[in-house]
Amino acid sequence: MSVIYVLLAISIIVAIVFFAAFIFSVKNGQYDDSYTPSVRMLFEDELVKQKKSLQKSNMDTSIESNN
Amino acid sequence: MEKQPCYHCGDDCDSESIQYDEKCFCCNGCKTVYEIFSENDLSYYYDLQTSAGSTPTAIEGKYDFLETERIVEKLTEFNDGNLQIVNLYIPLIHCSSCIWVLENLNKLNPFISSSQVNFSKKTVRISYNSQKTSLKDVVVLLARIGYEPYISLEDIDGKEKKVDRSLIYKLGVAGFVFGNVMFLSFPDYFDLSSSKTSGGEFWLNQYEVVFRWLMFAFSLPVVFYAGADYFVSAYKGLRSKILNIDVPISLGILVLFVRSTLEIMFDWGSGFFDSLTGLVFFLLLGKFFQQKTYSFLSFERDYKSYFPIAVTKINDDGTEESTQVHEIKQGDLLLIRNGELIPVDGLLYKGKAQIDYSFVTGESVPVEREFGDKVFAGGRQMNGPIEVEALKSVSQSYLTQLWSNSVFKTDKSTRFQNITDSIGKRFTIGVLTIAFLATAYWLFFDPSLAMNVFTAVLIIACPCAIALASPFTLGNMLRIFGQKKFYLRDTGAIEQLAQIDTAIFDKTGTITTSKQSTATYQGMPLTKEEESLLKNTLRASNHPLSRTLYDILSDHNIYTLDDYEEHLGKGLEGSKGDRHIKIGSSEFVGREEVSDNLNTAVHVASNNAYKGKYVFHNQYREGVSEVFEQMSEQLQLAILSGDNEGEKRNLEKLLPKLTPLYFNQKPEDKLAFITSLQEQGKKVLMVGDGLNDAGALAQAEVGIAISENINVFSPACDGIMDASKFQQLYQYIIASKKAMKIIKLSFLLSLLYNVVGLYFAVTGQLEPVIAAILMPLSSISVVGFTTLMTNLLGKKLK
Repeated sequence: MSVIYVLLAISIIVAIVFFAAFIFSVKNGQYDDSYTPSVRMLFEDELVKQKKSLQKSNMDTSIESNN
Repeated sequence: MEKQPCYHCGDDCDSESIQYDEKCFCCNGCKTVYEIFSENDLSYYYDLQTSAGSTPTAIEGKYDFLETERIVEKLTEFNDGNLQIVNLYIPLIHCSSCIWVLENLNKLNPFISSSQVNFSKKTVRISYNSQKTSLKDVVVLLARIGYEPYISLEDIDGKEKKVDRSLIYKLGVAGFVFGNVMFLSFPDYFDLSSSKTSGGEFWLNQYEVVFRWLMFAFSLPVVFYAGADYFVSAYKGLRSKILNIDVPISLGILVLFVRSTLEIMFDWGSGFFDSLTGLVFFLLLGKFFQQKTYSFLSFERDYKSYFPIAVTKINDDGTEESTQVHEIKQGDLLLIRNGELIPVDGLLYKGKAQIDYSFVTGESVPVEREFGDKVFAGGRQMNGPIEVEALKSVSQSYLTQLWSNSVFKTDKSTRFQNITDSIGKRFTIGVLTIAFLATAYWLFFDPSLAMNVFTAVLIIACPCAIALASPFTLGNMLRIFGQKKFYLRDTGAIEQLAQIDTAIFDKTGTITTSKQSTATYQGMPLTKEEESLLKNTLRASNHPLSRTLYDILSDHNIYTLDDYEEHLGKGLEGSKGDRHIKIGSSEFVGREEVSDNLNTAVHVASNNAYKGKYVFHNQYREGVSEVFEQMSEQLQLAILSGDNEGEKRNLEKLLPKLTPLYFNQKPEDKLAFITSLQEQGKKVLMVGDGLNDAGALAQAEVGIAISENINVFSPACDGIMDASKFQQLYQYIIASKKAMKIIKLSFLLSLLYNVVGLYFAVTGQLEPVIAAILMPLSSISVVGFTTLMTNLLGKKLK
């Protein structure tokens, strides 16, 4: 019978968790700039690739120097 | 050869282009930036967007003031002696390449630990190790790669701008509660628990009380937190004896809350918590929508955002020192370098001044000043370094004094009542009348229903849809105007624009372009050889008038002069073979008669015989006379110019007959002129551009600043308009008027819903489910209607 209290409690707790997450993200300033992150996320791959190529060339030179 | 665009900045490469790394560059600056990028593995910059860069400008010594400890302290956001964080405004940020390169600054300077761009605000936040590098290094680095930060006096004086996020929180709370309360109301909607006798769901019957009190608990934060603004505003309105629209709204919220609470307390019914939370949510949504701001534009700039933080002061012993602008005292000797702004009124002490007052007046042709002449704050030195003795402190200078006028201290938005509030009064009275009449009727026939009907009327008449009509229409209009490069400060500006009956224009820079001027020749015709010699002589000079004239003259063969001499402040002399030419002021070329023309003129004498003169005219914007023609049908027009009457005849030809023209207007005169018009009951639109219009722009009902480049600063105003859209100005005014019509139509629409709702309310049959359907339905249809209509309107606009 009283299972409905449990269900209600759970549903409200879940809802409040999401609500808290929202408040937290607003407080963090995530809603202050809604444009730049959308552009920034497109860079990520290229950036990693470049770093890798840089590291690679560094490694290449270091290997050569080791030899 | 086909012209190739510069690999870095995209400008056409002239004949002097530089080939480097198989790429073409227009100048050394661009090439250097490319070199920096390619050496530091940042050439991905060019893959993201081609020709994204901008040419770096020469910056020798410009940022020396950043070595001063106190200035650094004030500019940085965080400073613990080791780590410093600074937020810099970079007007040039415009594309994804910019974001990418600015966020990878640590590749160029390893002591920068992180940098983050806010694209819409055009700022970059840089954290760096202040032990290893300095703010000056960071700023110089940015300038070297073409992203020069803009640092002005405002950055130091400006109080900490706090981001106000309360509306988002409130919207979040209301949305969260609205959703949950809707779910909790479901049993009621489907009548599952209507009564024990009808054999409703036993299970839900059992827990009805729990559901209801949960809804009550949820609604508390909505009423007392999210909706609190409405109560405050209604209270303020009532205290100043104004029935604004927030009065019926707060009345509706309160009645909804009290009645619902009573209902569940005494088990009369399930209450209207869903309508209550929904109402607040929709209202806040409207507010949120209206709050569109152009974060990259500022409508509140005063002279501080034009002025530098520090200038170079020359001490008695001849040493140079950076000093803060505020600390300049009368008698200080200041060094103003080429391209720097003169921060105070002063006397020219040393050097030749060529001062560009375009910030102040919009006039782009520099003025020449010599030793002992007075120079005014706000001018930009264009010709080598000068030394100036300060006559006043910054805040007492001619230009800056304007800001002590009270017009800059009052908040403009409080000076008028918006359309929603103005119908609020009639609406409130109407609703209260209906409520009391209906209650009286029921008291007579069936007193048990009277209270029910009274509250039901107040609930259903709550002007949710009315309160939404204006924010959605105007908010949408604001966006449409924004797409057309007409940026208004807030929705109030559209309402005001729809009401204006007088339009006042500044001349220079507003109806004339500041980029180019034209010149006409008066006098004896020049022979082909003379013209050719003239052009070749001009070619050698860097004086702005020479450059303009050079561009105007038709092409001739370029040859080397035998002799060339530039007499500063007087004119030019050149000779080729036996021909000799003198170009310059009338005294210089040896003309006896006194000049009667007020316009700038350049005189020409060939072989010591006076030939004639080139008279410079303002170049008017395209379509000026059409715009004035159209506007003169509906509006009173006038021109207020700070210049002399030299252009009077030209203007009279261009503008509709009898347009009043006022010349020699000082900034205070312009302000006073607007005030006197307003005292006659006129609603004034002021269109201007320079800082000297700032007072008039602030005083007028609507002040619009015309700007050739919206990223460059314009004075405090209600709207910023891209100069290319000047021809559309009248269309925009008409569109604002139409937008107001749309609002009035949607008021009618929402009143229709109110009438339907009132029928249920007055007859005492208002069920929670009817309220729950009617309220969102009316809101959504009003929002849909206004959005559709404004988009149709926007399509017609150019």
